[in-house]
Amino acid sequence: MLPYLPHLLGIENLTTEQISFILDQAKPFQEFQRYPLKKLATLRGKTVAIAFFEPSTRTRISFTTAASRLGADTMALQAESSSVKKGESLIDTVRTIEAMRPDGIVIRHSSSGAPEFVAQRLEIPVLNAGDGTHEHPTQALLDALTIRDRKGRLDGWNVTILGDVLHSRVARSNIHLLSRFGAKITLCGPAMWVPRELESLAPGLRCTSCTEAALEGADVVLVLRVQTERIHEPALAPEEYILGYQLTAKRLRLARPDALVLHPGPMIRGLEIDSAVADGPQSGVLEQVTNGLAIRMALLYHLIGRAPADAPHPAKDRSNASD
Amino acid sequence: MRVVEKRQLLSAAEINRSLQRLAHEIIEKSEGAKDLAIVGIRRRGVTLADRLVTAIRSFSKVDVPMGILDIALYRDDLSTIGAQPSLQGTEIDFPVDDRDLVVVDDVLYTGRTIRAAMNGLFDLGRPRRIRLCVLIDRGHRELPVEATFIGRTVQTSDTEIVEVRLQEIDGEERVVLVDRVDDAS
Repeated sequence: MLPYLPHLLGIENLTTEQISFILDQAKPFQEFQRYPLKKLATLRGKTVAIAFFEPSTRTRISFTTAASRLGADTMALQAESSSVKKGESLIDTVRTIEAMRPDGIVIRHSSSGAPEFVAQRLEIPVLNAGDGTHEHPTQALLDALTIRDRKGRLDGWNVTILGDVLHSRVARSNIHLLSRFGAKITLCGPAMWVPRELESLAPGLRCTSCTEAALEGADVVLVLRVQTERIHEPALAPEEYILGYQLTAKRLRLARPDALVLHPGPMIRGLEIDSAVADGPQSGVLEQVTNGLAIRMALLYHLIGRAPADAPHPAKDRSNASD
Repeated sequence: MRVVEKRQLLSAAEINRSLQRLAHEIIEKSEGAKDLAIVGIRRRGVTLADRLVTAIRSFSKVDVPMGILDIALYRDDLSTIGAQPSLQGTEIDFPVDDRDLVVVDDVLYTGRTIRAAMNGLFDLGRPRRIRLCVLIDRGHRELPVEATFIGRTVQTSDTEIVEVRLQEIDGEERVVLVDRVDDAS
């Protein structure tokens, strides 16, 4: 991998060059999803630990499928049915997993910074599958890939992020990524979920509580899920949220006619998004899912497939192409 | 360790003559070119495949479909070469089932690239036949792989490298034999 990347912990610490490289490397894997035979032997003999300390369906299935299509085996740890419930600490759990000699570990955790904590203590590559309210880097990468495919390029779009931005690691990763590519980003939602402090995340970032104003001229609308499980303060009544912030067909008409609608899933139809929009021609929701596989395959290929740093390189003297 | 040029194996004119001859051989031995398709292996095999298709079109008026194969995902030395090779992608827009395929590469050496290429093709379907066309066969096989269509067979030693330089990629057109020299000894 040209710009060397030992782990994938977040978007914030990636260079623009590294982001573009990952998106380019996902391209062949998008094509691969259309193959009749979806099984490679590229990572045969490698094992990927999938450690989810927080419930998840789609990200876990996506990583597991990505690993399996590359030929790797997976070992799964789910918090609900594991030693975590019995009070084991994070570091003891991951050290136990590491003792079974996986070649990499994918971690989701409710604490921000957990993957980085683990990465500093283990010798194997760590991939962040979402940590607290910090980052969800593979989601931002698959969103970027969907934008690039549907709109022809990634640079310079007006992007509106709608919903509970404060608690959203998806929003944070997307802000870091898209601002790197010159996006003009507008954050919109109830005032308590879109505090002004967020404006310091990226230059030119705008916060508003008016959905109509936020959607005007938007090229991309990223709808966030209303995350009821992550809210501790008294939440907004659902009816009020729907009235003020639901993305309806009528509201979407304020955006550019070719605006792309994205949602990280799972969608709550009738709450943050109307079915007419979710199933409409401007929706990229299902492409996001397929692109997620491609992004995760590209990352596993480069991070897990790579030889350990101290391994001997018996083939390095034969690196010329004429074999 | 330094690399020095030992001698030129093919000039630009000789590369062109070889490709013209190979194009004729492929058509002669393909029973009317029914189901024939040409697949170039990235990178230089693609340029050569492209030229073969053009040559075939100009003398036989047959339009042979062409595809591009990236073998990076099928290599057998992934965990030993350090950084992973970048992926360029496979672009084969026709079904390979029951096709008569000619795989094109610049140099045939250990045979491992061709093993990887066949694995890649079988992931796309079941070709009726796969044959191999190379510009240079330099020997030193490590697998039971042979080419049906060969531009030039060259005797080489294990330390030597055959470099195929093509206008489209390298800005010059010739094939050279280079060797690694250890200045320390």
